[in-house]
Amino acid sequence: MSSRERILGRVRRALGDGPRDDTPYEQAVPRDYLREHGTRSVAETVDLLAENLADYRAIVHRCTAADLAATIAGMLAARGAKTVLVPPGLEPEWLSATAAERIADRPESTPHELDGVDSVVTACAVAVAETGTIVLDGSADQGRRRITLVPDHHICVVRVPEQVVSSVPQALERLDPTRPLTWISGPSATSDIELDRVEGVHGPRTLEVVLVG
Amino acid sequence: MSGTFVGMPAFPKAAHEAVHDQTLRGNLRHATHTIRAKRAKAVAEVSDWAALREAGKLIKDHTLRHLDRYLVQLEESVTAAGGTVHWAADAVEANRIVADLVKATGESEVVKVKSMATQEIGLNEALEAEGIRAYETDLAELIVQLGKDRPSHILVPAIHRNRGEIRDIFRKEMSEWGRPAPEGLTDTPAELAEAARLHLREKFLRAKVGISGANFMVAETGTMVVVESEGNGRMCLTLPETLISVVGIEKIVPTWQDLEVFLQTLPRSSTAERMNPYTSMWTGTTDSETADGPQNFHLVLLDNGRTDTLADEVGRQALRCIRCSACLNVCPVYERAGGHAYGSVYPGPIGAILSPQLRGVTSEIDASLPYASSLCGACYEVCPVAIDIPEVLVHLRERVVEGGQVTAQGNKVVLKPAKGHAAERAAMRAARWAFSRPGALRAGQRLASRTRRLHPRSLPGPGKAWSGTRDLPTVPKEPFRDWWQRTNGGKDGGK
Repeated sequence: MSSRERILGRVRRALGDGPRDDTPYEQAVPRDYLREHGTRSVAETVDLLAENLADYRAIVHRCTAADLAATIAGMLAARGAKTVLVPPGLEPEWLSATAAERIADRPESTPHELDGVDSVVTACAVAVAETGTIVLDGSADQGRRRITLVPDHHICVVRVPEQVVSSVPQALERLDPTRPLTWISGPSATSDIELDRVEGVHGPRTLEVVLVG
Repeated sequence: MSGTFVGMPAFPKAAHEAVHDQTLRGNLRHATHTIRAKRAKAVAEVSDWAALREAGKLIKDHTLRHLDRYLVQLEESVTAAGGTVHWAADAVEANRIVADLVKATGESEVVKVKSMATQEIGLNEALEAEGIRAYETDLAELIVQLGKDRPSHILVPAIHRNRGEIRDIFRKEMSEWGRPAPEGLTDTPAELAEAARLHLREKFLRAKVGISGANFMVAETGTMVVVESEGNGRMCLTLPETLISVVGIEKIVPTWQDLEVFLQTLPRSSTAERMNPYTSMWTGTTDSETADGPQNFHLVLLDNGRTDTLADEVGRQALRCIRCSACLNVCPVYERAGGHAYGSVYPGPIGAILSPQLRGVTSEIDASLPYASSLCGACYEVCPVAIDIPEVLVHLRERVVEGGQVTAQGNKVVLKPAKGHAAERAAMRAARWAFSRPGALRAGQRLASRTRRLHPRSLPGPGKAWSGTRDLPTVPKEPFRDWWQRTNGGKDGGK
């Protein structure tokens, strides 16, 4: 007997102690929790996103679409970034004002090569106001997961208000589970020393989020 | 200290030693009190917490009730998404599968994301025996591994260490495993985190094989979810060519939508955050054109006592656990005894009900764990999936004392009553005899009242341990039933 059959057999015997509750899944779980917490205007939802991002030590910038290229260029310059990783489908306009050298993420690029790049600029799939979270889904303007992981400085552009939702349930509705997803809430952190939060371990230690719109 | 839990003494002995360790007591008190207040605040932010808790409980209960169906569905989804599913009935089989998969890649080292399941099966030791070195990459796991120590908390395995001890371990041991600690390393948490970053970076960048667990597996889509803080998880899940995830079969949820409950309750319960810094979700492998992340994905579904636990109608609720560790942080016994005394990778209240069920209550340590509690109920109160831990503890105590039918490795066996509970059983038998004979009970109560001045303050023989920490109640000068009859239930106003 294979282990598969053995385990499934054990499960069936374990559950065979009485009549099986055949309530279908849809009725077994009453979902009377909230779809979002509180009522907010669109502008207030964006404000809450900015507030919660900052609360977990992300650096938040706000600008208009016309100022985006200059804003990004300023952030890269302030950081002293000489090289910037660019996902294949990033709006070329966004990097039109920076002097930093653009590095493409090729499939054959090694992690060591990526480690030598100063910064990365990406878009995002959705942002969650209540938790201060941005979610990347690997679309062409966000690139492979590794490019937002290895460099120490990540600039993420959120189009507001259209990419902002209030809550986790609303975010999941917008996402495609077949894509590789990364939920990011502030820079890398740890609570492993005396259960106290410290920012900056393995992921990018500086996360800058630009709310554009 | 050895890195395994084999041959651990029973809880009372281990706890007795731990409570005399002043440093340990101080470290635990500081850490648990810090997180307690933060958790309460994070939970209070969410007005529908009770509804989320109830939904989480019912999703897990429903899944467990149909676990066979959801396991098969998950296998289909993961396979369709390009992953390979393996089934492991016990720890030995799981370790065998993982070792063979690593060997097939030709690699002799792996990077690991913190995972309770791989701790439980002793994977690192099994790989070591096969000549494969497993590097723990979670900061706390790194501290434990470098210190040749044992984990003492589900979320923060090095909670028993303070910053000074961590600095000493880093200074002394890091060079043995790779890049040494920076010169002049101090004990500020930020510097310690930086030292870990530098030490592990080289390992991440060259790793070809990653090993992880998963917090959730979605049956309908085949999606795996890993919730973490540091980014070491993302490193292990993204950079290697091969990813092997070892996951307990109870980690399934039926649908994508179910994540909306747990992604709200887990971070707030465990690290007291609105959301943890990083959550990774992946479904099988990506196509070769996208080439995002490992191109070989193996899922090892682990039983190792879970189906035995499922067979117990009261005890099976322990399988709802999402490993948040909120119950540890509020437990007065855990706070004083520390995690090591529980003799298992699962310490604290959840460990006291999970370990004896996964391993059976036959060993001395497992038979003692259901007693490692004052039954105060704080653990039940904070549990985000409403596991009634006190109920299961009492149920397991009964099993220890009375024995009875249990399931072990899929077979129904009759457990003998544990040794050392003879006096308890005799007392209960005597009580049953007396309570079913009113005449004898009355005679006994009257005798006890008349001789009350002669009663000792503590019990002799096997009862000594019980009265060592408690005062024996004084017997009233008149039995209650006599008083009731004499005064007409107090209506006569008589005393």
